[in-house]
Amino acid sequence: MDNNLMEIIGGAIAIGGSIFLLLGSIGLIRMPDVYNRIQAGTKASTLGTMLSLVGLFFIFPGWFGKLMVLILFVLITNPVSSHTLARAAYFIKIPLTKITKVDKLKEHQEIDESRNAHLRKVKIKKEGE
Amino acid sequence: MFIAIAIVIGVASLISGFIAIHHEKLSVAIIASGMVSLFASVIFLLLAAPDVAMTEASIGSGLTTLIFFYVLNKIRQRND
Amino acid sequence: MLTIAVSITLLSIAITMVRFVKGPTSVDRVIAFDVMSVSSIALIAFIAALSNRIIYMDVALVYGILGFLGVIVVARYLERGL
Repeated sequence: MDNNLMEIIGGAIAIGGSIFLLLGSIGLIRMPDVYNRIQAGTKASTLGTMLSLVGLFFIFPGWFGKLMVLILFVLITNPVSSHTLARAAYFIKIPLTKITKVDKLKEHQEIDESRNAHLRKVKIKKEGE
Repeated sequence: MFIAIAIVIGVASLISGFIAIHHEKLSVAIIASGMVSLFASVIFLLLAAPDVAMTEASIGSGLTTLIFFYVLNKIRQRND
Repeated sequence: MLTIAVSITLLSIAITMVRFVKGPTSVDRVIAFDVMSVSSIALIAFIAALSNRIIYMDVALVYGILGFLGVIVVARYLERGL
């Protein structure tokens, strides 16, 4: 009886995880932009895989070690790869959508450039004196 | 159940193999050929051969993709 | 119940394949590759549970490492810094 209950709970959690995977892939189809697709796909698929593995832990409690290693691995590496992809997409100048209003990285780059130009001017003035 | 998994994975593998042959950009073709070997690894797992699946995933997807992109990067630097 | 979960995961892999075929830029295709490899980790774990063998989980671990490595290599190549 108890074993059966654990199997039902684990199956429900695994179905929830696979529904998250499905939502992630639907977001990958419907989003208008590269950056939105990275956001939709990676977050939802990370959560979906982790929930599926947790559900398998409820069904097979003896598999704790390998499932835990796999969950930690997915949790660490998936945001890193999405960050690297978004950075590469920004620096090879793939355009944003027309709806996007805020581009913080561009503003920061402009601020940095103006500050660097100012510092260079101050340095030249000091050397001239 | 395993037959349904094999059919879906096999069709996806066929589509990515077709892209690997017929796409004009070289980097997309290399990504598609890496995906063929990732799907082939799942099919080897369905045939109850986990050691072959592990070898296929590591050699076909990891080492081949890395060497292809390394060489492509060298060629691009020389052409610039 | 695991059968339903495997069916939904297969459906998500099939939908992601559409983005891989359609994708206008190569970054789109790399994202589809990433999502597909992460979904395949869940699929391999379900196969291991259905056939009741723990050794299949090792394949999932190797799969995860190599999918991550492939995505990093492609991203560095696109950023011109490999």
